[in-house]
Amino acid sequence: MSEQLLSVRDLRVRFTTEDGIVHAVDGVSFDLAAGEVLAIVGESGSGKSVTAQTIMGLTRSPNARIEGSVAYRGRELLTADDEELMRVRGEEIAMIFQDPMTSLNPVYKVGDQIGEAIQAHRHESDHKAREQTIELLAAVGIPDPSKRVDNYPHEYSGGMRQRAMIAMGLALEPTVLIADEPSTALDVTIQAQILRLLEQLNRDRDLAVIIITHDLGVVAEIADRVLVMYGGRIIESGSLEQIFYDPQHPYTWGLLGSLARPDRPRTMRLSQITGQPPSLLAPPAGCHFRPRCPHAFDRCTRVPPLETRVGENHADRCWLSVEQKKTLRVVKTGEIGLEAPAA
Amino acid sequence: MARFVTRRLVGMVVVLFAISVLVFLIFNVIPGGDPGKRICGKNCNNALLTQINKDWGFNDSLPVQYVTMMKKVFTGELVSYSSQLNVDQQIKKGIPITFSLCIGAAVIWMAFAIVFGYLSAVKAGGFTDRALTILALVGISMPVFFLGAILLLYLTSKIQLFPTAGYVSLTSDPVQWAYHLFLPWITLAVLFVGFYSRVLRSNMLDVMNEDYVRTARAKGLSERQVRIHHVLRNSMIPVITLFGLDFGAVIGGGAIITESIFSLNGVGQYAADAITNVDLPPIMGVTLFGAFFIVFFNALVDITYAWLDPRIRLGTEAR
Repeated sequence: MSEQLLSVRDLRVRFTTEDGIVHAVDGVSFDLAAGEVLAIVGESGSGKSVTAQTIMGLTRSPNARIEGSVAYRGRELLTADDEELMRVRGEEIAMIFQDPMTSLNPVYKVGDQIGEAIQAHRHESDHKAREQTIELLAAVGIPDPSKRVDNYPHEYSGGMRQRAMIAMGLALEPTVLIADEPSTALDVTIQAQILRLLEQLNRDRDLAVIIITHDLGVVAEIADRVLVMYGGRIIESGSLEQIFYDPQHPYTWGLLGSLARPDRPRTMRLSQITGQPPSLLAPPAGCHFRPRCPHAFDRCTRVPPLETRVGENHADRCWLSVEQKKTLRVVKTGEIGLEAPAA
Repeated sequence: MARFVTRRLVGMVVVLFAISVLVFLIFNVIPGGDPGKRICGKNCNNALLTQINKDWGFNDSLPVQYVTMMKKVFTGELVSYSSQLNVDQQIKKGIPITFSLCIGAAVIWMAFAIVFGYLSAVKAGGFTDRALTILALVGISMPVFFLGAILLLYLTSKIQLFPTAGYVSLTSDPVQWAYHLFLPWITLAVLFVGFYSRVLRSNMLDVMNEDYVRTARAKGLSERQVRIHHVLRNSMIPVITLFGLDFGAVIGGGAIITESIFSLNGVGQYAADAITNVDLPPIMGVTLFGAFFIVFFNALVDITYAWLDPRIRLGTEAR
């Protein structure tokens, strides 16, 4: 078993806003091992980005209440002081963001922004930092890096900017890369390129990756393990195969059912999850998915625990029995979920 | 770049022309503006008036008068109607004083505005921010003539800390120069310090929410580096625009009140006297002088802008 890098325990993040308290993350726990690719899946407002940013200490603000524990190699990050956090950021854990168009500072050269990260942590000369930057740009597949290093972000295409962001993330050779919707703002072919790049980095550098996305296609392509989040909670977690071939939570069924698949007739309507995601200002009592769940029953007014019910390391938050789930999932194929695995 | 500069130059000429026409026309329609009668003075008679009108060309049609005047502007022969002194020389005499006043005040106002705005933004919502907000509002609301008078009253006569008036040239004695100009500098700068620090504060608060600031934090920069390198730099762009416009305006007439209060015989004081005497040539001269600086600094701002923001420099669209 490879080394546990990151261990998140019962993470709770609340924001005080003018409208009330937003329970953005509500008791999230997970582990990340070296070299692993973990996908956190969920729709907007499910708390996946806040979870990721909290790991990096980026959600710290006077109106945020953060509880629980985030430990990196045994070091607690939630209570770490600014200086310790600075060392972890970039050097141990790096993060790339959703929108590469706005995530780079428009007034500095791309190379300078990457070099800045290097020089903030290591006492390198300008010349050396520049050389490293060029190497990094080459490593992430920027053509003609010794020239491109002097370009401004607006001279890069969207895909190149995301590559530059990844290069910046890799600059200090971190062990964990958190990618917050790294391909969402890009078009499909570029998406695939960026994912392939992440995959390659994961393989070649043994880089652990947390990839945050709402796109199950992305998950299928790259992830080893999957967390499905809904309304600030993890509602199902398991290996890629477990989640895709044996999903336990009705919400996961809904997500999978809404995928367009080439093996289905084109005329078939995609299923949809009715209703709206829960407001995190006043989340529904009990299971957060209850108001939208076609299978909800009286027990669902209490919060189901995240428990292992079917396989090893495959946990879900649903009161339905395993047998019930099996029948419901198959019967409702056309409407929600997907057929049983073609074993 | 050459095209850009040419375009700005043409624009400058057009603006200056339009302003000169406007000043000329306004002068000719305001009551009591008849220059012949003014030159003629109290013991005027018809013969004298006719003579004066003929000598000065006041009987010519307005376009002809305008052309004559502009010719004089360009040859440096413009002469005041009331004092008969050469306008060019008078303006030149005032320039060192006005420049000393305006440049000094500008340095003070930018320095304080950046420090106050930065502190305000960093401590947003806290005590420092609130105190600076109040200070800024007081500064903005304080009329220059009032502030100047108060400073004069308390710091030169009640407590004799500063000299009451006068100007010592920089070349003859730099210390006395700064000493004499200190109160005028403060008087002129206070309004702008208040205003600019507010603008900078709100810009910085906006920029702090930008994604690239989060990126900067995520790569492990110190909060200070993030603020100065990423937040402040990007927040300065609109402030620079304002500064260019305001600095041009201050040199081109914005310092008139300050110069009058502190009896500094700069260009502003000269303009004030000309206005009191309804004396067209100096008014025309000073207005064109001021307009030139406003337009000039405007162009300078555009160039600085390009330096600060590469997206403009290269002429490609943003994002």
